[in-house]
Amino acid sequence: MSQAPASTAAQSRFDVARVRRDFPILDREVRGRRLAYLDNAATTQKPKVVLDVLTRYYTEHNANIHRGVHYLSEVATQAHEAARLTAQRFLNARQTREVIFTRNATEGINLVAQSFGHRYIGKGDEIVITGMEHHSNIVPWQLLCEQTGALLRVVPITDDGELILEEFERLVGPHTKLVAVVHLSNSLGTVNPVARLVELAHQHGAAVLIDGAQAAYHFPVDVQALDCDFYVATGHKLYGPTGIGLLYGKAERLEEMPPYQGGGDMISSVTFEKTTYNEIPYKFEAGTPHIAGAIGLGAAIDYLTGLGFDQVALHERELLAYATDALQQIPGLKLIGTASEKASILSFVMEGIHPHDIGTIVDQEGVAIRTGHHCTQPVMDRFGIPATARASLAMYNTRQDIDALVVALEQVRRVFA
Amino acid sequence: MFDLRDLYQEVILDHNKRPRNFGQLEEPECSAEGYNPLCGDKLTVHLGLKGDVICEVAFTGSGCAISKASASLMTESVKGKTLAEVRTLSARFQAMVTADAEIEPDTDALGKLSVFAGVRAYPARVKCAVLAWHTLRAAIEVDNKVATTE
Repeated sequence: MSQAPASTAAQSRFDVARVRRDFPILDREVRGRRLAYLDNAATTQKPKVVLDVLTRYYTEHNANIHRGVHYLSEVATQAHEAARLTAQRFLNARQTREVIFTRNATEGINLVAQSFGHRYIGKGDEIVITGMEHHSNIVPWQLLCEQTGALLRVVPITDDGELILEEFERLVGPHTKLVAVVHLSNSLGTVNPVARLVELAHQHGAAVLIDGAQAAYHFPVDVQALDCDFYVATGHKLYGPTGIGLLYGKAERLEEMPPYQGGGDMISSVTFEKTTYNEIPYKFEAGTPHIAGAIGLGAAIDYLTGLGFDQVALHERELLAYATDALQQIPGLKLIGTASEKASILSFVMEGIHPHDIGTIVDQEGVAIRTGHHCTQPVMDRFGIPATARASLAMYNTRQDIDALVVALEQVRRVFA
Repeated sequence: MFDLRDLYQEVILDHNKRPRNFGQLEEPECSAEGYNPLCGDKLTVHLGLKGDVICEVAFTGSGCAISKASASLMTESVKGKTLAEVRTLSARFQAMVTADAEIEPDTDALGKLSVFAGVRAYPARVKCAVLAWHTLRAAIEVDNKVATTE
């Protein structure tokens, strides 16, 4: 699906109180207050099942994977590859070999930039990105442009934070070799019409990479329906461990691409004269991977899908509507990012008050939000602001969290009155 | 238990709202830009010198309440001082905002600047308080250079 699920008046059947009990950290107090964790776009908290799987792996199954003939190595290999199968089903990839484990979404983008980029992108070729990309979907392409002489084109956005589709159509053309676009903007909350963008790009023979770091934990993603060439996601936002990410690539693309890093596990045979590479996905997984991380991510995905991902998305959508309404009642507060298709992110500024002061003061009330440019400096420049305060939602958030934020923001206004 | 007023003291809020010496100098003898990449705070400090005495000082830019008030109070406290005195004051200020909480600030030496002692409880905000001072040092030591807090 390219869009967040449609809004509905029906009350969600999602049992948020039960879900909250699965996340031990949500019980703790911060600065003597109930924790209202609203910094989920930076990283999400982890359910106990994920923590248990990590402990069990290290206490019962720890061994290096692949090529081990001993029992523990076989068990660890099976668990690692089972996680790949879980990720494949989660993204609806055709085959498990289309799923590569990376460190994070950033590494997935760098892998495509360096491997696909050096094979197919040369001097005068064009790479199209958008004005709402995270630095991780800008800088790898700038590096590639510096190395190859390719040109970076940027599709502008509107005052609401929406992509200007006419500009996209104008900028994507016969010279475009690759389009890299964010699915859900981390600083604006905009959900881009990625299926349509893929279709337009493919008309010109350009490959498409979708940055799903923010999207993948908010609504179901189907890479076959999107027909994208590459899709990246990260584990630590998917309620899983840090240091593990996913890169989906169409098999025919991945097979044509040269390795990204050299090392163990990515080879079939090595002599000093000639090395032949392993088949995908292993060709792109040099060195001992984050085995526990992959297994933990698998457990996190199982947990999320077990709750019913559509129900999760619906709950978050209702909460976003509630929070949007609540914040708009606060005098002097302005939302940055008011696209018609949005998910999970509430970026805002307050008149005469710098976002960092907002962040420090609400923290005293136990409310965790993020302030700054959110690794999207061009977005800040576009809106003529140095930074925003950003509250970001996840499945365990409640109206009580939003109410705590509102009370804390009233405190901010009192301090600066 | 911490009190927000320890950080956001009246003096700081006042200087944030009405920063002193805010603006350009007509003919600054030296200036430097400061940038705090964490916050996006940016400011420029302009100096006029008579011998080794700071006779004029002003700043421009944007930032949070802490960085703006710090720049404003700094301009007030360095005007009329020699460069050597300013270096000592800068070092004292830096030491105060990074000292352990139980160490009382040297109010005799620091004067009004001791209102920033509250920043110590907020490691993430120390950079905001020292940005103006880093920038001033850059203007004195190496004219027209960019200072950052990183």
